[in-house]
Amino acid sequence: MRNVKVNVEYLTRVEGHGNIVVNVKDGKLETCELRIVESPRFFEGMLRGRSIFEAQHITSRICGICACGHSLASIQAAEDAIGFTPSLQTIKLRKFLLHMENLDSHVLHIYLLVAPDLLGVKSFVPLIGSHEQVVRRALRMKKTCNDICDILVGRHVHPISSIVGGFTKLPKEKDIDAMLDHLYKMRADMNETVALAATLKFPQFERDTEYVGLVSDDAEYPMLSGDIGSTDGVRLKKVDYKKATNEFIVPHSSAKHSKLGRGSFMVGALARFNLNSAKLHPKAKEIAAAIGLKPKCTNPYLNTAAQLVESVHSLEDSISILEDLKRTGVNYHEEIIVGLNEKGTIPVKAGNGVGAVEVPRGILYHNYEVDDKGIIVNANCIIPTGQNLNNIEQDMKKLVPEILDRTDEEITLALEMLVRAYDPCISCSAHFLDVKFVNR
Amino acid sequence: MTRPKVAFFDFTCCEGCQLQVANMGEALVDVLNLIEVVEFREAMSEKYDGELDLAIIEGSITTPHDVERIKKIRARSKAVLAYGSCATIGGVNGMKNAFDLNDIRKYVYGKDYEKFDTQETRAVHQVIKVDYFVNGCPVYIPEFVTVLKAVLAGLPYAVPDHAACLECKLNENVCMYDKGIGCLGPVTKAGCNSWCINNGNICYGCRGMVTNPAVNGARDVLTKYNIPMDMIVNKMNMYNKCREIDQNAKR
Repeated sequence: MRNVKVNVEYLTRVEGHGNIVVNVKDGKLETCELRIVESPRFFEGMLRGRSIFEAQHITSRICGICACGHSLASIQAAEDAIGFTPSLQTIKLRKFLLHMENLDSHVLHIYLLVAPDLLGVKSFVPLIGSHEQVVRRALRMKKTCNDICDILVGRHVHPISSIVGGFTKLPKEKDIDAMLDHLYKMRADMNETVALAATLKFPQFERDTEYVGLVSDDAEYPMLSGDIGSTDGVRLKKVDYKKATNEFIVPHSSAKHSKLGRGSFMVGALARFNLNSAKLHPKAKEIAAAIGLKPKCTNPYLNTAAQLVESVHSLEDSISILEDLKRTGVNYHEEIIVGLNEKGTIPVKAGNGVGAVEVPRGILYHNYEVDDKGIIVNANCIIPTGQNLNNIEQDMKKLVPEILDRTDEEITLALEMLVRAYDPCISCSAHFLDVKFVNR
Repeated sequence: MTRPKVAFFDFTCCEGCQLQVANMGEALVDVLNLIEVVEFREAMSEKYDGELDLAIIEGSITTPHDVERIKKIRARSKAVLAYGSCATIGGVNGMKNAFDLNDIRKYVYGKDYEKFDTQETRAVHQVIKVDYFVNGCPVYIPEFVTVLKAVLAGLPYAVPDHAACLECKLNENVCMYDKGIGCLGPVTKAGCNSWCINNGNICYGCRGMVTNPAVNGARDVLTKYNIPMDMIVNKMNMYNKCREIDQNAKR
């Protein structure tokens, strides 16, 4: 009987620190864990005593990749807590910002983190020699998203001008033209990306699970608002997010685990696709059909394919938002001056607020309880990677027995690729990942 | 010419500063032609345990394991570069130092808090010797390129040690104080081209405090605009709580 020992310390090409530990003894799976070894960071604890108006500045620092998403979830929770309703223009611009982040993050994941596995190399660096135009395209697409974020909010990593109440700086007409120009030019690179993705072979593996994401009765693909829904028929208001996450602690991880109706569930691009594919932009639907992705897809490796479909959606919907804004014009009277909250411009009251936003890796929840001065008394952040951890482990447990005929190296790579497919963001979870094979 | 061996290491942080490297776009290809990146966990599976010409450290030091790891990196590196606010001044992770460690662990992890090892947050220079500093949250890429050139030429780099206001004035921003708003520009190191104020926000002090702040001038400004000192100190502690460790060491 076969013994397998996998011990991957500091899994590479993911954001943050995690290890994979697998132990198969006499053909029997004894240990199969994704160990989150990121240093705990204690953001929820550190937010206590801070003003609700500072929260998004601090919480965007939870994660450099999804800084815009964290700031948007944070702002939504803060506004919910103090009872502030943002304007339609603000919501429109926030949706656009969220699209830019999803597009940027998906491009980074597809090209720089996943493609090297599918092309049989260890990183994008050797690809500079063998596939220079591909690497240049990936970096160019990323930079387009970054350049747009620079214009819109000052930068992508830790946005500056998006705050509670709205934006400290609104795009001028020439800014809208510049952003549109970037996006029109990106269409050619997106077409090349779709053509490349069609040639990539993703591993075969199926495990049916519960898929969780924002759902709504509107025609729009829900990202910034909606209820919490699952493919098993769950529907909850965002205020009841704890019923959707059920966090619990496991000894091998500094990230908490989650479950819902079944033992585990999946959030992220594939979950959103499985729940809401009918609401995607027609071009994104075309691409999904062309690469053969249809709901309900139960191969977690195809999360990357769902990210590709979403990238097309984000690009096209962003163009629609900007073209619309160009037509209607921007109301510059809505530009807000930071810090005026200290002078009471935005009324503050005690309250409890929840933000629920679809960031690249799934639903992100922020929850703040504030006193009548707008000072945070309690804070809770539940990040998508944390919600996925349990599901990743369940996938690994089904996968390992199916591939025991392979070499240790092949098993390790299959597991690494599986974890990477979820695009885990361990810095976020730091409340995350180790592969150890024991006794083969 | 052999290219210098460079590695990126991440400690406790959001990894946004590493991401800033990827955000350079196609210019990154040119940078990679000048140096040999031998380890960069976030982007590469390659690992390397030999001697390094330059170790680029991101993140602050918050666990006993971090301390051991950073000392080993120092021992095999000719030069160490602290990269971003978490590494250079402790950054937002330093806010933790305002709380009792056991209390904050219990608050986040409940009864099993002891499983989650942590210690007082420290900047990298508070644990090992650092040769180069690139401040900022996140790092400002034009400054990083300047520092990288200095490293490649074997020259030192002096972090700008004048107030952020100087760059802000050159950018012709309306002073936040003239809008009646407290801003940390007067006591914060320049070098970011007044990035946040250019975008309508205040300076949050992410590059650390200037060595010799114009204390009386800053006090006059606060008095003139009726902005309480404790509000400014409170804002300063968002990034600069670890400063107290340097101050205590001097005493």
